Amino acid sequence: MKKIEAIIKPFKLEEVKEALADLGIEGMTVSEVKGFGRQKGHTEIYRGSEYTVDFLPKIKIEVVLSDSALDSALAAIVKSAKTGKIGDGKVFVSAVEEAIRIRTDETGEKAI
Amino acid sequence: MIKSKTILAGLAAALIAAGSLIPTVALAQEAPTTPAIAAPSTTVVAEEKAPPTLEQRIAGLEAYINNVDPVGSKVEAVAGPGHNGWMMTAAALVLFMTLPGLALFYGGLVRSKNVLSILAMCLGLAGMVTILWWAVGYSLVFGTNFGSPFLGGSEFFFLKGVGAAPNTTYAYWISQSVFCVYQLTFAIITPALIFGATAERMKFSAVMAFSFLWMFVVYFPLAHMVWGGTGLMNGVWNADAKIPAVDFAGGTVVHMSSGWSALLLCILLGRRLGFGKVPMPPHSMVLCMVGTGMLWVGWYGFNAGSALAADGIAANAFLTTTLAAAVGAFVWAMLEAVLKGHPSILGFCSGAVAGLVVITPAAGFVDSTGAVIIGVLAGVVPFFAVTYMKAKLGYDDALDTFGVHAVGGTMGALVTGFLATSSVNSNLVSDAYAAKNGLKAAIEGGTLWVPQLQAIALTLALALGGTFIITMVIKYTIGLRASAEDESAGLDISDHGEEGYILK
Repeated sequence: MKKIEAIIKPFKLEEVKEALADLGIEGMTVSEVKGFGRQKGHTEIYRGSEYTVDFLPKIKIEVVLSDSALDSALAAIVKSAKTGKIGDGKVFVSAVEEAIRIRTDETGEKAI
Repeated sequence: MIKSKTILAGLAAALIAAGSLIPTVALAQEAPTTPAIAAPSTTVVAEEKAPPTLEQRIAGLEAYINNVDPVGSKVEAVAGPGHNGWMMTAAALVLFMTLPGLALFYGGLVRSKNVLSILAMCLGLAGMVTILWWAVGYSLVFGTNFGSPFLGGSEFFFLKGVGAAPNTTYAYWISQSVFCVYQLTFAIITPALIFGATAERMKFSAVMAFSFLWMFVVYFPLAHMVWGGTGLMNGVWNADAKIPAVDFAGGTVVHMSSGWSALLLCILLGRRLGFGKVPMPPHSMVLCMVGTGMLWVGWYGFNAGSALAADGIAANAFLTTTLAAAVGAFVWAMLEAVLKGHPSILGFCSGAVAGLVVITPAAGFVDSTGAVIIGVLAGVVPFFAVTYMKAKLGYDDALDTFGVHAVGGTMGALVTGFLATSSVNSNLVSDAYAAKNGLKAAIEGGTLWVPQLQAIALTLALALGGTFIITMVIKYTIGLRASAEDESAGLDISDHGEEGYILK
């Protein structure tokens, strides 16, 4: 099992969700997060005062899936979240040791 | 035909009767000083007992339309419904400028942990200044029995005798009670403006103590000098004014006095903790814009109401106020777009308020061209004051009370000296007052800017001198600032035991 953490632009969430749903991926966890990478922040000006806002709002999607589904899911995320401009985000993949469905006590890939 | 002819004849007769009344009144007023006592006094008694003729009664009604003295008619000492109705509306509009206009305009500009401290300041001043006004304030400004150019009188202490009848020193057709409330609403908003500069660090008890003293040291004397019947700088309504300056709705009394006091107070108070290092952006530009809209609407009461009648001068002020506010808002935001890249909401709001500030002393004295010139100046000069000058000088005028109100108010007082025209307000050249104190000569000779500069200098001296003394008194008694711990946690919790927003 693998976990995908994708940090994307907020307005791309719907497209990414639909692309994953088309692959048969049935669940995900979404958080509103803030951060910066090479895009940096932006400047706000209130009369004479200028403030740099370092952290920009992003969406983090977490999906846990079977090893076999990983490649197509990664391709779908990258394709649907891409604008080609700075700040499109990043995708991280890590190994997951165990999964449990609380309602049924199922474990492993059956639980995801 | 016959009917209309009769009415015309009646009106003509009424006009003649009104004209013939003037020498009678003059005689009555001079009577006590005349050595021959018997003859004039009997005339006066006979005059009072005789019921007014039809001509005199019609003249009284015409006086209502023309906003002049109905003396000798049956409506003497009676408020005129139209004028009175407008002034009650205007008084409510000016109160609306503070509650909640200014409260939201300033409240939106502070950080969320201090929003209530702004609202509390506005409410606190509405309460305290009203009590002062009732006890002595109204009388010290608009009384005359001290016979002083600097302070009013004691005859209206505790609003004694302030009732439905007009106080004809100021207005022939509005109840003195309405006049009193109308002027009160100015006395409320003026100190409230100051605390934009000191926002987020001055404790509530110090705000109230400062305001209490400031009303006596700065506001009451200044308002009397500019608007009082015996006032030093009341060029339009005091024949004996030594400085024949004009200030239609409070450029000196309200905006200069508060703005310059705010500058000195915020310097003496010191900057906010973390100023220049920690971001201190406004917590709600939405509230700020809502407050600005209320200020703009309320300002119609402030400026058009300052005609103290629903007359042509009020109508002119209504127009000039609109033009200056709209032009100021647009010019400020367009300057931002060119120089900073974005036309901001705060830019539109600041420009609107600046336009309203600058037109305030001029509203009833300039025409529409003058108002547009004022709007452009208001969009440019305060913009540079708050955007560049403040940063260069390094004082922490948190919400730009100085940059907008002092810079704008001073500029307004000065440009009124160049743009005022008797074509929109004949009071500027009246025989009864302006011809005697030199205002008429100044208007006709184009030298009104001289008394305007004198008024500016006197206002500055009083505001700065008074503020320095009061600030020192408070600093070494109860103290000015909240503790560093309270300031960083926010004044809402430390001074008021509440939070502005509990969203979760």
